[in-house]
Amino acid sequence: MDTLSQLLNGFAVALTPINLMFALIGTFLGTAIGVLPGIGPALTIALLLPITFKVDPTGAFILFAGIYYGAMYGGSTTSILLNTPGESATIVTALEGNRMAKRGRAGAALATAAIGSFVAGTIGTVGITFLAPIVVELALKFGPAEYFCLMTLAFVTVSAVLGNSTVRGLVSLFFGIWLGLIGIDLQTGQPRFTFGLIELLDGINVIVVAVGLFAVGETLWLASRHAHGKDELLPLSGSLWMTREEWKRSWKPWLRGTGLGFSIGALPAGGAEIPTFLSYYIEKKLSLKPEEFGNGAIEGVAGPEAANNASAAGVLVPMLTLGLPTSATAAIMLSAFQSYGIQPGPLLFQTQANLVWGLIASLYIANVMLLVMNLPLVPLWVKILAVPKPWLYGGILLFATIGTYGISQSVIDLMLLYAIGIAGYFMRRFDFPAAPVIIGMILGPLAEQELRRALTISQGDWTVFLTRPLSATLLALAAAALLGPHIYAYMAKRRAA
Amino acid sequence: MRLVPEIWVGVAVLAFAAIVFQQSTAIPVSPLYARVGPTVVPYATAFALGILGVFLLVAGFRGGWSGDDPEIALPVDWRSFRWLLLGLALNVALIDALGFIIASCLLFMCTARCFGSRKPHVDLGLGFVLATVAYVGFAKGLGINIGTGPIEALF
Repeated sequence: MDTLSQLLNGFAVALTPINLMFALIGTFLGTAIGVLPGIGPALTIALLLPITFKVDPTGAFILFAGIYYGAMYGGSTTSILLNTPGESATIVTALEGNRMAKRGRAGAALATAAIGSFVAGTIGTVGITFLAPIVVELALKFGPAEYFCLMTLAFVTVSAVLGNSTVRGLVSLFFGIWLGLIGIDLQTGQPRFTFGLIELLDGINVIVVAVGLFAVGETLWLASRHAHGKDELLPLSGSLWMTREEWKRSWKPWLRGTGLGFSIGALPAGGAEIPTFLSYYIEKKLSLKPEEFGNGAIEGVAGPEAANNASAAGVLVPMLTLGLPTSATAAIMLSAFQSYGIQPGPLLFQTQANLVWGLIASLYIANVMLLVMNLPLVPLWVKILAVPKPWLYGGILLFATIGTYGISQSVIDLMLLYAIGIAGYFMRRFDFPAAPVIIGMILGPLAEQELRRALTISQGDWTVFLTRPLSATLLALAAAALLGPHIYAYMAKRRAA
Repeated sequence: MRLVPEIWVGVAVLAFAAIVFQQSTAIPVSPLYARVGPTVVPYATAFALGILGVFLLVAGFRGGWSGDDPEIALPVDWRSFRWLLLGLALNVALIDALGFIIASCLLFMCTARCFGSRKPHVDLGLGFVLATVAYVGFAKGLGINIGTGPIEALF
C-alpha cells in the first residue's frame, strides 16, 4: 500500500503544468531523434546535460526519461519505412516491418509497433513501480565489496556478453575506464593521466566522449561510406487500423516481448538488443504462419517492439535503485544525477522520494503521450524522415560543436571531441562497440571507489571479495558470463570433431 | 600469410597499454595510501589492455574479423570524405577568432557538400540560420556562454 501512496504522490509531482510540459517536450524530442537515423537518446541527453544548471532535477529527469522512451517509439518508424534502423534496438523491427511496408501494410506495422510499445512501456513502468522498492530493500544490505562485485558483473555483461566479440567489447570497456581515470584522484588528490595539461585536471567531460563517439564518429563513418549508400523511403501505405486478425496475431507477442524485455533489462546486464532478437526468434518458432517470416509477419514487429520498450523500462530499475547504468543512455543519465550532486542508489528512494516517484509517474504519462504522438501524428514523423541527408548530418555536427564548445569555450575540448570522433570512426571500422566506453567511463570511477572502500575496511585484504557469500556469488556469475560461452563453444567443437 | 589491417589494431592497443602503464608509474603515491592507492586501477587497466592487445594481435594474424561483414571493409570514399575533414579543420581553426556562428556555418556547408549537396550557397544560408538559432537558444535559453565573435556580439 505504501508503494501506491508514494506513486500517487509522484503523480501529484508529475501532473504539475511545468512537469507535464517537460514530459511533452521530452517525448516529442525523443520521437524525433528516434525517427532520425544517426541520432540516438544517449547523444541527445548528452547534448542537453547543460540544462542541469538551469532546471530543477525533477524536470530534467522527466525530460530525459521522455527522450529515452520516445526514442524507442520513434526508432520503429524509421526501421519500417526506411529499412535503416533509427536505433540499434530496432534492427529486428526492420526485418519484418520493412517487408510489411513493401506489401502495402506500413500502417498496420506502425500501429502494432506503437500499440505494442505502449503496452510494453506501461507494463514495464508497473514493473519499475513494484520491483524497485524490493530491490531497494535488498540493496540496503550491500556493502562496498558487494557493490564492487555487482559492478564487475555489469561490466562483464555489457561489454563481453552483449556484443559480437568478448575481446573487442572489453577493449572498449577498458578504454572507457581509462578515460574515467583521467584527472585528479578524489581520494588522494593526485593527478592521473593528465599529461601535464591543466585542462585535464578536472577530467574529461562525458559530453565530449558521448558526442565524439555517437555524433562525430558516426558521421565520419557514414561519410566514408557515402558513395556506397542508398536508402529508399517507402510511402505510408495502408490503414493505420489493424484488422481483427492483426490484433489477434499481435497481442500475445506484445506480452511475451514485454516479459523478455523487462526481465533482461532489469538484470544488471541490460541492453535492448538481446531481448529484441530473442523475441523475434521466439515469435518465429511459435507463429502459426512461420512461412510469413521474411515476408512481413506482423508477429515479428509486435514482439521485438514490445521487447525494446520494456527493456528501456527495465534498465531504469538497476539505474535508480543501485546507481548501476547498463546502457549508454542510462550512464549519461547517471552523470546528470552526479552533476546535481545526487547519487542514485537505495537511499535515493528516501532522500529524493519526490524526484524518484515523480519520475516514475511521469513515465506512465509519457507512454500515453507517445501513443497519441505515434499513431495519429505518424505522417508528421514521416516528413522528418524526408530531411535531406546533407542537412541532417550538417546539423548534427553543428549541434555537436555547440554542445562541446559551450562547456568551456576551449578549443582543446573541440580537438578532444574530434580526436574521440576519429577513435569512434576506427571503432566502427573494426567493430568495437561504443556503449561500453560510456559505461566504463561513468561506472569505472564508482567501481574504483567501492574497491578502495572495501579494501580500506578489510585493511588491504583482497580475500574480502571471496569470503562474503553475496560478493563471491556475484564474482562467480561474472566469471561464468565471461568464460562460459567460450568454454561451451570449445566443448561443442571438440564433440563435433 | 595475408597482412590485414586488423594487425595494426592489435599493435595500437598494445601501444596504448604501454602508454597507460608508463603513465601509471608516473602517478605519485603518498605512503599513507600505499596499500590501496591511486595506482591500483591504472595498473590493472594497463595489464588488461596488454592481454587484450595480444588476443587482438593473434586474431589479426589469423586473418582478422572484418571479413564477417563485407560492407564494413568497403574502401573509403575519399572524394566526399575530405570535405568533412576540411569542415572539421576549419571549425577548430576559426572558432576562437570568428566565433561559433561563422565557424559552424562553414562546417555545415562542408558537411552538406560531403553528403552530396551541390548547392553551397543554400547550405551556407541554412547553416547560418541554424547556427544563429542554436546560439541564441543555448546562450539565452540555457544561459551557456558560447564565446563571442562579430555576429554573436549583435545579440
